[in-house]
Amino acid sequence: MKTNATDMTVRDKNAQIAHEIRLGQKKRARRARIYKHIFLIGMSIVMLYPLFWLLASSLKPENEIFSTLTLWPSEFNWNNYTEGWNALPKSFTVFYMNSAIVTVLSVIGNLLSCSFAAYAFARLQFNGKNLFFALMMMTLMIPYHVVLIPQYVLFLNLGWVDTYLPLVVPRFLASDAFFIFLMVQFFRQLPRELDEAAMIDGCSPYKIYWAIILPLSLPAMGTAAIFSLIWVWEDFLAPLIYLNDIKSYTVPLALRLFLDQEGQSIFGQMFAMSVLSLVPVIVFFIAFQKLIVRGIATSGMK
Amino acid sequence: MKKFFRRNAPAYVFLSPWFVGFFLLALGPILASLYLSFTRYDMVGDPRWVGLDNYEYMFERDRRFWKALEVTFTYVALAVPARLAMALGVAMLLDKGLRTIGLYRAIFYLPSLLGSSIAIAILWRQLFSVDGVVNQVLAKFGIEGAAWISDPNTSLYTLVVLAMWQFGSPMLIFLAGLRGIPRDLYEAAEIDGTSKRRQFFRITLPLLAPVIFFNLVLQTIEAFKTFSSAFIISNGTGAPADSLLFYTVYLFNEAFKFFRMGYASALAWVLLLIIGFFTAMTFFTSKYWVHYENERD
Repeated sequence: MKTNATDMTVRDKNAQIAHEIRLGQKKRARRARIYKHIFLIGMSIVMLYPLFWLLASSLKPENEIFSTLTLWPSEFNWNNYTEGWNALPKSFTVFYMNSAIVTVLSVIGNLLSCSFAAYAFARLQFNGKNLFFALMMMTLMIPYHVVLIPQYVLFLNLGWVDTYLPLVVPRFLASDAFFIFLMVQFFRQLPRELDEAAMIDGCSPYKIYWAIILPLSLPAMGTAAIFSLIWVWEDFLAPLIYLNDIKSYTVPLALRLFLDQEGQSIFGQMFAMSVLSLVPVIVFFIAFQKLIVRGIATSGMK
Repeated sequence: MKKFFRRNAPAYVFLSPWFVGFFLLALGPILASLYLSFTRYDMVGDPRWVGLDNYEYMFERDRRFWKALEVTFTYVALAVPARLAMALGVAMLLDKGLRTIGLYRAIFYLPSLLGSSIAIAILWRQLFSVDGVVNQVLAKFGIEGAAWISDPNTSLYTLVVLAMWQFGSPMLIFLAGLRGIPRDLYEAAEIDGTSKRRQFFRITLPLLAPVIFFNLVLQTIEAFKTFSSAFIISNGTGAPADSLLFYTVYLFNEAFKFFRMGYASALAWVLLLIIGFFTAMTFFTSKYWVHYENERD
């Protein structure tokens, strides 16, 4: 009887201790999670600070930009935007139009030509497939600087310098192998039975590409479109080489002009135009996130 | 013949844009620049054959070539490990114990998308200028900052910091890799009383090795190609005192400022060989990361 009672108390005590340990673990896990959040929030602030500083400086009166660490401007100086827009020999309306033309055409070119090539590599059988695929993968690693000079000589002889053709035409020739690779990876995941069934029904490969593969690949096309849009929008080297006339400058080239006329008075305007040049990228980044989520949801991966 | 045609026609039709691009914009130019690298060519007259002169000058007499190599290799050696360490550290923080990581992931990834834009390069020049934000913050702590960008001893580090700021894309690849590690390995280790440190070195690191290596090679190639930010921050010249003379900046100036196209082609081929070496490394290790891709699906 007595031993039984001690047994009970021992068991109770054990249970009590186990419970406390579990509680402690939970508490510790929670505390660790809170520390983690604090750290990550702090890091987010550090990561975003330069961008906020840029935004704040674009709104500050000129004499405040470098004199105070406070991000909040004493007064909102929208003049930087209106004056910056017209500060260069041509207005930014022209530069944005130019960038838009180059970007839209390039994205169309990339999507068409790369999806053609990717379809062939992912779904069709043909002689030399492995060789061509290997060559395509090798071009992935070639730095642009290596092909730059002969390409320049070629385009110069064609009379294309100072036009958008050297920027746009290569994109219609699937010159960016990254997108081919991306699409090949995606096309390969689509069930093969679709092609086979369509083939039996007498569909040509052209029709299969257009009516089956392309509609099923919209998420991949979206991803490729967003990436190519952002990269073309930010592209600096090719426009720097091929565009000499300020009338045909893209936005990054125009931004660089601000640096040539340095002097305190122009900083605010330069920052304002820099902010505007980043806006499309940030907007599309947010859209891109949603697109990815929807792509994952509809395709049922993960 | 007819059979060959019927079998291949559709694929070749689909590949035709790529074929034209490959021969005219990739293979052709690579061979052409090999030829040009043995010539003197100023774009006015025809290229004149000079044999190995360009290479001889490059390796034996051109101090700026060696300076450019030094700058670029130093940058690669500092920026790549720093960026990867950031990426792995943050990926591990995000991987475990947090329910909502979407917002953090987005915030940390954003700089990778913006990083190569001219606006960010302009911003960086101002952050690290003598009266810039960095020095103001340091002054708050009573530290007298350096001139950063205009000081040849520190200018390269501002670009290393810029590279670190853009750790987002390797972070995403690490996150995918971490998800591929079976949870029960950690649970088993936990029951055995293995310390977190040991878990990292015995489980995480070995199982992540292929992804780390893949990231390493990819980021190294990427770092060799750095151009826009170095060009803008150094005013297009590699200044101050050639401390920002990245290889690509040097090549660009030789070609499009001084129109020494033959010599610049030789520089381009040396760059191709350097990057080719790292490409070969990717190729030989591809079986690891292809395996990882399959596992994830």
